[in-house]
Amino acid sequence: MTGQPPALDLAIETRGLTKRFGTQTAVNGIDLAVPRGSVFGFLGPNGSGKTTSIRMLLALTQATSGTIAVLGQSMPTRLHEVLPHVGALVEGPAFYPFLSGLANLWRLDTADRHAPSGTRRARVQLALERVGLSHAADKKVHAYSLGMKQRLGLANALLLPRELLILDEPTNGLDPQGTREVRSLVRSLAAEGTTVFVSSHLLAEVEQMCTHAAVMSVGSIVAQGTLAALRQVGETRVLVRTPDAAGAMRVLTHLGLEPARRAIDAADPVVVAPLISTRWQPEAIVTALVAGGVRIRGFAIEEPSLEERFVALTGEGFDVVQ
Amino acid sequence: MSSSEVLPSVPGSVNPARRGGGWDLLGSEISVLFRRRRTWAMLVAVALIPILLAVAVRLSSSTLAPGEGPPFLDRVTQNGLFVGFTAMVVAIPLFLPLTIGVVAGDTIAGEAGLGTLRYLLVAPAGRVRLLLVKYVGAALFCLVATLTLTVSGALIGAALFPVGPVTLLSGDTISVTESLLRSLLVAAYVTVSLLGLSMIGLFISTLTDVPVGAMAATIVVSVVAQILDVIPQLSWLHPWLFSHYWLGFADLLRQPLDLGSFGQNAIVQLCYLAVFGALAYSRFVTKDILS
Repeated sequence: MTGQPPALDLAIETRGLTKRFGTQTAVNGIDLAVPRGSVFGFLGPNGSGKTTSIRMLLALTQATSGTIAVLGQSMPTRLHEVLPHVGALVEGPAFYPFLSGLANLWRLDTADRHAPSGTRRARVQLALERVGLSHAADKKVHAYSLGMKQRLGLANALLLPRELLILDEPTNGLDPQGTREVRSLVRSLAAEGTTVFVSSHLLAEVEQMCTHAAVMSVGSIVAQGTLAALRQVGETRVLVRTPDAAGAMRVLTHLGLEPARRAIDAADPVVVAPLISTRWQPEAIVTALVAGGVRIRGFAIEEPSLEERFVALTGEGFDVVQ
Repeated sequence: MSSSEVLPSVPGSVNPARRGGGWDLLGSEISVLFRRRRTWAMLVAVALIPILLAVAVRLSSSTLAPGEGPPFLDRVTQNGLFVGFTAMVVAIPLFLPLTIGVVAGDTIAGEAGLGTLRYLLVAPAGRVRLLLVKYVGAALFCLVATLTLTVSGALIGAALFPVGPVTLLSGDTISVTESLLRSLLVAAYVTVSLLGLSMIGLFISTLTDVPVGAMAATIVVSVVAQILDVIPQLSWLHPWLFSHYWLGFADLLRQPLDLGSFGQNAIVQLCYLAVFGALAYSRFVTKDILS
């Protein structure tokens, strides 16, 4: 641990965290700063180094270089003090298929020597209840569906009250109801003051539950901050659907905007202009267009979405940088 | 990592849990081991060895000439207490190492294969603690397997053959009670014999995420050791092979009781424990868990 206290109370802080496998650099000098009490989305396409980073945070693998502090203590040197306060779901749930859900949780709870054995039964049952698996507690795990296993993995992370939850793709394999339940579970945990660090490649999911996010691409963090700040980097745009495209372009240019035609459908042209300044209110633009004799079929303000920002940072479709 | 392993220094913020919770993992390890159907299948197979042997001897009309067949087999018809000893001799070279290979090879690699290893370590189980618990579990299996064979041998022997005072290899005769104590001693001897192999299996298990590979490798190691043990040109190596004293329990069937080979066997096994224990430790505490 460093002598000076961090400026912000951070649940996770890494400096120059790097992991190399042979000549391949999986994680390249990332500086994560996860504020306490936040719901932190860790975004990135598959293979961008999210899970490797999480494995280092949990001392499952050793960093090639860089430092890690979790809950203010350095890892992996203080792992026995830190990890009892951390619940984790790493790269999918994993259980003994020949044991029941309850027996599996029991087994994993005994692994933590600080977990009081006196309250074990009650805690295991409570965790099962919390993820809605009480009815399947005595069923062998090999009979569980993927979604049930995922819930059981979450239950394992909730066996003790935690200060920090590290959830790697928690909604993987869940149906829409399950996904919603996980979201509301994460929200209720965050409301209790637990810091939740959730990795995902599902942007909608992150947008719906996170307060902060970091975006990984090819082993590096390309953006990090509050969700609002991340969105702001993108541009707000005006969309005008009109048969008089040329006229619309002229009016918008006159207003000082930089319009362009969006080539979607020649019969139904759309003119797009980034809303560079806040000088022009949308209603003023509409007024100007109408005054300029432009027939308007549709008018919209396009707010920047996290998805656009994500794609801008990490590449489009299958061209994702490898 | 290793220094903090010894004392679980609990800072004030951590729940003031009762100490001694560290043993719960061993309890759960044993219960998981013995809740597996595979473990029971192997124990049943071990128990069947003396039963098959005794039934075969009972059903065959021809009497064996002394010294024919496996050691002690000729004596079985006169005294049922020899069934256990004969079965032990039959099971030691292949069958017992096979079951140990399965259990010891599965220790770490099995958890890695299921993916539960990462959850145990994140709990945090502590890598050294987990290794110790895994080894104790495998050693306990050695004991249970040899006891199963001994008890099954005694029961089937008593059921099918006359039981009486036992004439030892030295020509002395001991009572039934003492002969039962001797067979427990033999079981202890065989258990100790298998401890070295168990540690080798634990070490191999830390090298891979594929449990079947670790099991097979452990069994191969035990076979190779026994092959080396019969090559006369390698006689200098023989006393250092973990399998060298495996069949040396005949000394326990003499009067007065000779514990010399027991001691020698124990020393060789201890060497293997130390060497492969250290290897397993150094491998496992720094291992990147990628499973």
